[in-house]
Amino acid sequence: MSETHAEGPDVSPGDALLDVIEPAPAAGGGEIHQVRDPLSWRSELRRQWGRRRTIWAFGLLLALPLVLVGSFAFGQRSSNSRGGASTRIFDLAQSGAANFSLVLVFLASELLLVLLAALFCGDAVPSEASWSSLRYLLIAPVQRARLLTSKLAIGIASTLVATVLLPAWGLLVGGVAYGWDPLTNPLGENLSWGQFLPRLALAMAYIFVTLLPIAAIAFWLGTRSDAPLAAVGGAVLVSILLNILDQLDALDPYRNAFPGHYSRAWQDALAVSPDYTDMVHGALWALVWAVAFTMLAYRRFRRADILS
Amino acid sequence: MSVRASLLAALVLGSSLAIAPAPTARADAVAPEVTTVPVGAEPDGTAVRLDVSVWPQASGKHPVVLLAHGFGGTKDSVTSQANDLHDRGYVVIAWSARGHGASGGRIHLNDPAYEIADARTLLDLAAKRADVELDGPGDPRAGVMGASYGGALGLMLAGSDRRVDGVVSAITWNDLADAFFPQSAVTKPATTAAGRSPIAVAGPFKQVWATNFFLSALRGGQGAGTGAGAADCGRFDPTICRLFVQASETGTASPQLTTLLRAHSPKPTMNAVTAPTFLVQGVGDSLFGLDQADANASALAASGTPYAVRWSDGGHDAPSTHEAEEVEASYTWLDHYVRDKGARGSALPTAAFTYGTPAGRAGQPTTLHTLTAYPGLSGAALRTRELPLTTTSGTLLHPPGGQPASLIAVPGLAALGVSLSTYQIAALPGQSTALDTLPVAEAATVVGSPTMRLTVTSDAPDVTLFASVWRVTGGSVTLTNPLVAPVRLTVTPGAPTPVTISLPAATYDLPAGTRWRVLLTSTESTYSNSRTPSGIRISGASALTLPVATGAAVDGAVAGGVDTETLFAAGALAVLLLVALVGWYVRRRRRMHRPPRPDLADVPLVIEGLVKTYADGHRAVDDVSWRAEKGQVVGLLGPNGAGKTTTMRMVMGLISSDAGSVHVLGEPVSAGSRVLARVGALIEGPGFLPHLTGRQNLEAYWSATGRDPEDAHIAEALDVAALGGAVDRPVKSYSHGMKQRLGIAQAMLGLPELLILDEPTNGLDPPQIAAMRPILRRYAETGRTVVVSSHLLAEVEMTCTHVVVMHAGRVITQGPVAELVDSDDTTILDLPEHVDHDVVSAGVHALEAAGGVTEVRVDTPTRIVVVADRGRAEVVAAAVSAGLPVVGVSSRRHLEEVFLGVISSASAPGAAGEPGDEGASLVERLRQVRAR
Repeated sequence: MSETHAEGPDVSPGDALLDVIEPAPAAGGGEIHQVRDPLSWRSELRRQWGRRRTIWAFGLLLALPLVLVGSFAFGQRSSNSRGGASTRIFDLAQSGAANFSLVLVFLASELLLVLLAALFCGDAVPSEASWSSLRYLLIAPVQRARLLTSKLAIGIASTLVATVLLPAWGLLVGGVAYGWDPLTNPLGENLSWGQFLPRLALAMAYIFVTLLPIAAIAFWLGTRSDAPLAAVGGAVLVSILLNILDQLDALDPYRNAFPGHYSRAWQDALAVSPDYTDMVHGALWALVWAVAFTMLAYRRFRRADILS
Repeated sequence: MSVRASLLAALVLGSSLAIAPAPTARADAVAPEVTTVPVGAEPDGTAVRLDVSVWPQASGKHPVVLLAHGFGGTKDSVTSQANDLHDRGYVVIAWSARGHGASGGRIHLNDPAYEIADARTLLDLAAKRADVELDGPGDPRAGVMGASYGGALGLMLAGSDRRVDGVVSAITWNDLADAFFPQSAVTKPATTAAGRSPIAVAGPFKQVWATNFFLSALRGGQGAGTGAGAADCGRFDPTICRLFVQASETGTASPQLTTLLRAHSPKPTMNAVTAPTFLVQGVGDSLFGLDQADANASALAASGTPYAVRWSDGGHDAPSTHEAEEVEASYTWLDHYVRDKGARGSALPTAAFTYGTPAGRAGQPTTLHTLTAYPGLSGAALRTRELPLTTTSGTLLHPPGGQPASLIAVPGLAALGVSLSTYQIAALPGQSTALDTLPVAEAATVVGSPTMRLTVTSDAPDVTLFASVWRVTGGSVTLTNPLVAPVRLTVTPGAPTPVTISLPAATYDLPAGTRWRVLLTSTESTYSNSRTPSGIRISGASALTLPVATGAAVDGAVAGGVDTETLFAAGALAVLLLVALVGWYVRRRRRMHRPPRPDLADVPLVIEGLVKTYADGHRAVDDVSWRAEKGQVVGLLGPNGAGKTTTMRMVMGLISSDAGSVHVLGEPVSAGSRVLARVGALIEGPGFLPHLTGRQNLEAYWSATGRDPEDAHIAEALDVAALGGAVDRPVKSYSHGMKQRLGIAQAMLGLPELLILDEPTNGLDPPQIAAMRPILRRYAETGRTVVVSSHLLAEVEMTCTHVVVMHAGRVITQGPVAELVDSDDTTILDLPEHVDHDVVSAGVHALEAAGGVTEVRVDTPTRIVVVADRGRAEVVAAAVSAGLPVVGVSSRRHLEEVFLGVISSASAPGAAGEPGDEGASLVERLRQVRAR
């Protein structure tokens, strides 16, 4: 505590404050100059940006293609490989930027992006609670709904950035490593760059929408728990559970409504003549769940006693 | 066994036009008249009667349609279509063909002398009916419609009887010999899309299909168990049966069989057909391919007969994905030319040529395209394109015994819903040669038969090759259509023989960038393969010549527009959004119903009747009321669990109260109230983002308030925290005390009019505590208000102007500290240890009686508290005179002692009875408290 006394005996701490302080305004008092909404998106972004989990998440995302390139460089596959569709997808990964980024999306969309969505959206509120800073935000004051909106907006935006970054970075790394060849399509026909890029954008938009239910579930759990791990892990657990239930034919056709049932429908967008039926279904159901759990989160948080 | 059964089912059911899935019982359906009609006798003289159903029309004259069924079916197979046509105003005649169902006779495979003659007899029958419209005497206005077996009958009837006015013929043959012994080696390049002019050598025997054909008649003809087996011939004509069994044994066509099959085909009479004809043929049909329909269409075009061709994706192997449209087109064709007597020169009622391109995914309907003319016919040119090969040669072996055989196109597999990547079992090592093309430069659609030339050298005189077309995409090789083009050549051993091969006719998507592969195999499992081994060398393969077409896309008739699942999901989404909107609106209205209290506008903090019971039933705060005025430093006192923190959380809107209200400067406080901007607080320890520095934390906090940064006074607040160089280190490296001071600084940001500090001295060392005291006092002197909660009475007493004491959720007492601790009238007398109790009680009684003494209380056995109006010296003198052995005198006791005393008496059961009295006495007791 040496710094406490560093200022010397003559100047005691707090004098500076007392020097600038003016007498309290009379009744009705001084105006509160609100230059921005409480917890503006910018200020929330600043709260999340430097965090280790954010850095790790994006670092992992950026490292994944490099790791892939590295591992492909290791094992040279024998040319007469036999196997299913996924094997063929991997065989094609090295055929160019388009294929490489597609493989990357294929790999990441199943778990990594789900995890990131759950992290970005599920951790935002309980992390504040676990640092005890949530109550200070609320008495700043930030209205409950406003706080959730800012947290959710930045969480969703981070998810969006991750969803966009993944294929874009994959294209770049793939292009540098394997050349700028257009798509040799394992799922259907070949597509030129002009066809592929809009389709990829559409597929990523769809993947993003299908991430929303998990994000919303994580967010809702985050308003119920002070432990970030509980929110993120709970959401991932829910997604795994639903995947298991989705395997049961007995639940047909109700399982169509499960978030994640249409999680692979994005591959439809890459066919030469795409059929968007499943994507429309998947997107609509995803929005239904996302809205439902977001509403639950607001409802819960609006009434909750903040004891953290 | 089950696979065989399924194949048979596919054979029968695949001919969708002829056979309805199930005879649907319709309420409004007219019951047909069932009769038997005598027809020509069998060759052995047996009389034959046909089982006939006629759907009559009630009144007027109507055209008639002969509705023929498929091979192995009966007249009942077409009931559904008969009803449809009857509804459209036709008299419909359906019958079980000779050798089928309840009809007599034997199967002659559409012999002109038997089955075709039977159909003519039925036309005679129709001409005699009262409800049938006549073109002339004995000439009914008649159409004929059928698929497969029935389709060939229709063409052959139209070719032999001019009375027919319109024909719909689906998935049928032109030349039955060519269908069972297909030959894809051609004499000249095709001039039509799927045209094929085979060389004189008969092709290999299509064993599997022929046997299925044969068996389906055995099974469909009689009840099980009557025949002794295939050799029994069932209801087949013995001659045909014998020739078929012979062909199956040798794998080659005898001249008699070839002649017979060719005679039992539309081909000989096709150029005599004058009735407008609609041809439907399956693209993936491995029994009667597109080349058969092409040959029929060519004959019709040559004779100037109106015709239209529709390539379906159905056939004998799989149901069509556009079945309903095809049936509708067939009816439209009959309506135009038969019912409505459309002139031969009139515009066709349907596109002259319709074909489908594969959908993006399996199981989806094909995309339909139309052309104004069939490519290569009626003056339309056949557009072609060359696709060069990268591999032009190879060798392959025909295995001894013909086994193992390549498995390329399994008939009926698609109908079973099985899709296999069959390349591994098609391209057997050593027995196949793959000829790859260059990547396709420009996307196109191939419509028809690709052709290629190559040279074959073999060490045996009889060479068989099977060509199939595959698409190579990256590492995957997929079969474009489940078809093979069989080639059988008679060559001089060792001598190179040039040959032109017509590859399977179909529609192929040709996307840019893909490679194609022509796979040549020496065997194919569905064909009869030679048992003699041979070695074959392929060389000089030419580029592929591809017939291409660009048709006008037909707008897909989207069924119903939006499907139910989309409706459900969109509906659920709409309901949720509506609920959200209503909830938002209701909350907004409710929030506006909380009026401010102008009378309290001058009071920084007013708490009235606050109650909070937690979910577990613990009543943490019970009817708490107090207020803090401007310029006051209010101490909130109480032991742990007294409800101090809960009260503060309610003041800040962090938790909701069950009853009561909190007003800050007259504004009601609830979660997130704007007026909280005028309040700074440190509640239950500080909370910071650990990865940010102290300064960044304060900036982040101020940024979250959204207020003008100039109002924050961050530098001055940091000065209060006195962190020195540590302000620029991450907070996670801070000690408890440093965080605490930063927390106080944060509460002071913006110089709030009400400063609430919960246990501010936690973690601070004595000098820091001492430094904090004047800050808080002087802060309040500016007209602001400070509320400090603490369980340290000394701290409160030294810092605060006013005090509120809480215990067990209730306010025990409150008032100005100066008043509470003013202890001029209080004297504390210390007694020695082991003093006699009687002496003490006697002395106390005496003292109470003394003048000016208001209260005497025994705090502990060695301590007596006296409250009196008189001076302390007089009190001491009075005590001594009362007999008390006084050893020490002081003006107050230790703070904690008083506090504990207050708390313990508040907890005493008797004290709860009269809170007013209790409060009064406590005030009195607290008066004795004085800071040391």
